[in-house]
Amino acid sequence: MAVDTLIPALLGLPLLASALVLLLRDKPDLRDGQALLIGVITAACTVRLYASAETDTVHFISLAAGLDISFTPEPLGKLFALVAGVLWPVATLYTIGYMRGAGEANHTRFMFFYAIAIHAAMGIALSGNLLTLFVFYEILTFSTYPLVTHKGTPEAMRAGRIYLGILVASSVVLLLFGVIGVWVLTGTLEFKSGGILAGHIDPFYVPFLLALFAFGIGKAALMPLHRWLPAAMVAPTPVSALLHAVAVVKAGVFTVLKVAVYIFGIDFLRETASSDWLVYVASFSILAASVVAMTKTNLKARLAYSTISQLGYIVLGASLATSLAASGAALHITAHAAGKITLFFCAGAIYVAHHLTDIKDMNGLGRIMPVTYTAFALGALSIIGVPPLAGAWSKIMLMGGALDNGHLLVLAALMISSLLNLVYLGEIVLRGFFAAPTHGLKSEAVQEAPMSMVLPLALTAAMSVALFFAVDYFILDFAKPAGG
Amino acid sequence: MMQHLPILQIIVPLLGAPLAALLRGRDLAWGLALLLTGVAFLISVVLFGQQKIAGEALIYELGGWPAPIGIVYVIDAASALVLPVVSGIAFVATIAARRLVEAEIDARDHALFYAAWLLTIAGMLGQVTTGDAFNIFVFLEISSLSAYALVAMGAGRDRRALPAAFNYLILGTVGATFYVIGVGLLYMLTGTLNLMDLSERLADVESTRAVFTALAFIALGLFLKMALFPLHFWLVPAYAHAPSAVSALMAATATKVSVYVLIRLIFGVFGIEFPGLADAVGLLVLTLGIAGAFVGTLAAILETDLKKLFAQSSIAQLGYMAIGIGAMSATGLAAAFIHLFNHALMKGALFLAIGAIAAQAGRASMHTIEGAGRQIPITMTAILVGGLALIGVPLTAGFISKLYLIRALLEQDFWMLAGLTFISSALALAYVWKIIEAAWLKERPEGAPVLTESPVQYVPAWLMVVATIGFGIFSAPLVEAACAAANVFIGGAR
Repeated sequence: MAVDTLIPALLGLPLLASALVLLLRDKPDLRDGQALLIGVITAACTVRLYASAETDTVHFISLAAGLDISFTPEPLGKLFALVAGVLWPVATLYTIGYMRGAGEANHTRFMFFYAIAIHAAMGIALSGNLLTLFVFYEILTFSTYPLVTHKGTPEAMRAGRIYLGILVASSVVLLLFGVIGVWVLTGTLEFKSGGILAGHIDPFYVPFLLALFAFGIGKAALMPLHRWLPAAMVAPTPVSALLHAVAVVKAGVFTVLKVAVYIFGIDFLRETASSDWLVYVASFSILAASVVAMTKTNLKARLAYSTISQLGYIVLGASLATSLAASGAALHITAHAAGKITLFFCAGAIYVAHHLTDIKDMNGLGRIMPVTYTAFALGALSIIGVPPLAGAWSKIMLMGGALDNGHLLVLAALMISSLLNLVYLGEIVLRGFFAAPTHGLKSEAVQEAPMSMVLPLALTAAMSVALFFAVDYFILDFAKPAGG
Repeated sequence: MMQHLPILQIIVPLLGAPLAALLRGRDLAWGLALLLTGVAFLISVVLFGQQKIAGEALIYELGGWPAPIGIVYVIDAASALVLPVVSGIAFVATIAARRLVEAEIDARDHALFYAAWLLTIAGMLGQVTTGDAFNIFVFLEISSLSAYALVAMGAGRDRRALPAAFNYLILGTVGATFYVIGVGLLYMLTGTLNLMDLSERLADVESTRAVFTALAFIALGLFLKMALFPLHFWLVPAYAHAPSAVSALMAATATKVSVYVLIRLIFGVFGIEFPGLADAVGLLVLTLGIAGAFVGTLAAILETDLKKLFAQSSIAQLGYMAIGIGAMSATGLAAAFIHLFNHALMKGALFLAIGAIAAQAGRASMHTIEGAGRQIPITMTAILVGGLALIGVPLTAGFISKLYLIRALLEQDFWMLAGLTFISSALALAYVWKIIEAAWLKERPEGAPVLTESPVQYVPAWLMVVATIGFGIFSAPLVEAACAAANVFIGGAR
């Protein structure tokens, strides 16, 4: 398939899945089966797209001068599409197991919006300009809202309010202003390698424009706009997996990276030193979120703060403004996706099998759920950055980028953060395998979650290992022109 | 026949008015109004096409008397753009009016209602078309006097319509009087009332006090008519207590016509080169525009009655048009025209949808629409899209407005103002959010009256919603037309 059919296919397949979910709402097995099947096809398409060298733009509509809805498969976008596309069927399989295992209601509505969210993520990944990106960014926000409030409890509704409030307000107030600003300055919104702003703006204003994007993209959860992420933890675990690994926060940091690379341009950022302030904000976000994570004993809440910290790495990579750091950030999107989705899958499996949510109650659980805990350990080690797991490479590249740019403080921050990761993630693994079992667990016999949940989490854990060895395929070189 | 279209544009609804008053059957009066507004819309579309093909202003000499002796009607790029807005909204509002009027107005008054309705439309179309300063005043009074009567007809349902109409009458008359005093001074100085002639002859008396006084009177009078902050107090009660059909028609068109007249007078007669105009008037309009944008938006956020809420939002939106004018540039003017057009569509859609609720429930407040998102999804979605367009979300017409407005400000290096404008427009999110929350996130309270969808009402509202989205996606023709309109006054818009 050529690119001009792949892109419509990637945008259309999730929509098709959501339409079929509605049509087949009375036949649960068929409904879930087709979603899985279409997910696999989508994944295959993203692999095909990632492997292809084509970068031709596909135009849909032209609004006015310099304003188009169009899609361009550049390397970074292809990578994000690949991450979202491959994790989607895995997450779908897991969702089917979780929703049935945990007895959640409104299964059809859930599957419907899940597919729409993937559609939006694909739109963001492949967007050829800022306007297209913004439109799909908003679709993603609104389509995930019903997922966050799925339980319908007052607590869930409150969380949904924070979720929608922060994401919509930041995007409409700051991001949209940034988008319009770029259009006014340059007359275009297209993503071009090397950026489009150089020569169109007084360097004095660049940090302010960058701030509009850094904080306007609320999905990147840069402190202090991170509140929505822990709040959204009330949602069912597959949603957390979707939010943290597949679509939402990844869409956020992907957007930050894409804007830094293709709108500002890495060289332009470095020459004007416009992103130096963001380096420190991101470093602060990394450390502060890690510290908060240590104080949380609810497993999902701890993972949520861990995500905020990890997103800081990617924003940091964008703001260090060297091609090595930017490549590291791009790789970290992939590495963290595989690692964090594993952790959330495990959290959900623990909940479905034993109804436990608090870390203190999970002593000795590792011996009862050996597969789940092994996967958890692998995911955790990847996020901490231990070889032979994917996270090791991205951290090394980020550190190299910090050195290139002479940010020694950042280097220190990255090391401290790794230690903190080790403490708060290691604790869970150690308690699981070595602590004496706490009350409530009846027997020492192995009792895992259903197969449809264990399989996905084993798969994603394996991905973290595989990524370490196959890392060559996932390192993007931003020093040379896109597609070249 | 074709060359008489500029006058037919006005004559058709104007002569229809007494005819409607004579028709005693209420359906007949409505049918006549529908027919005539439809014809008027058709004429304005043809005029738009004719003007575009001609590429220059079409001048119609009334009675064959050439200017400056006779009155001329001018169809240039600016009036050709505004005419379809007024007549189109009037047509769609007339479709919706039938049911709304049946629900809200005493059956005996229906014929009179449609007579006043046609008169106010004719008056607005006249103001846009005419090229004569005093003629503008005449049409201004025709449309205003009938509008006072229309607002007062809300009294059958809501007695507060009477003081609202009275207030509106007093302030409207003050505004019109100021305008006519200004025009009188100009006539005294130059001996002419023809707009083009005026602008030429003003050069001789450019820096006299009398001219400045005339400018001040005209500008102030029109500020009042267009409800520019802080001269906006008549607008909210008038829109809120008027019959729903009238709210829709007026919110979408009345103030826009005054904006247009202001542009025509300021830029068409005095001209951008007029000493002190760009600085003094520009700064004043810009400041008042920004202030109005904030005051209107904040007041809207605090409001719980939907008609009042969107009336307050109109104050803010008029502020944006004023900002476009105050930028004193071709792009600014283009932005003002774009927003004039788009805002008419959005507010038309919103007030028609709200009218549908008010006609059923007696009033439309946050309380009335609690949980209504599931009961009347079609109507509520129209309100939602209209609201999103007000915020300026991409793929709605509002985005294009915002884009050009910000561009106009940034072109002049008004970074702060651009930021403020943007913040105030994003604040609109707060009141739209209140509606989303009430309609979709809350359950319908026990014992609340059951609302039903009525196609007669949501179809007109949706016509405008579709136009809002349509012009948001395929916006190039609108941008082009607005730039052409701006170029009539200041060259260089693109």
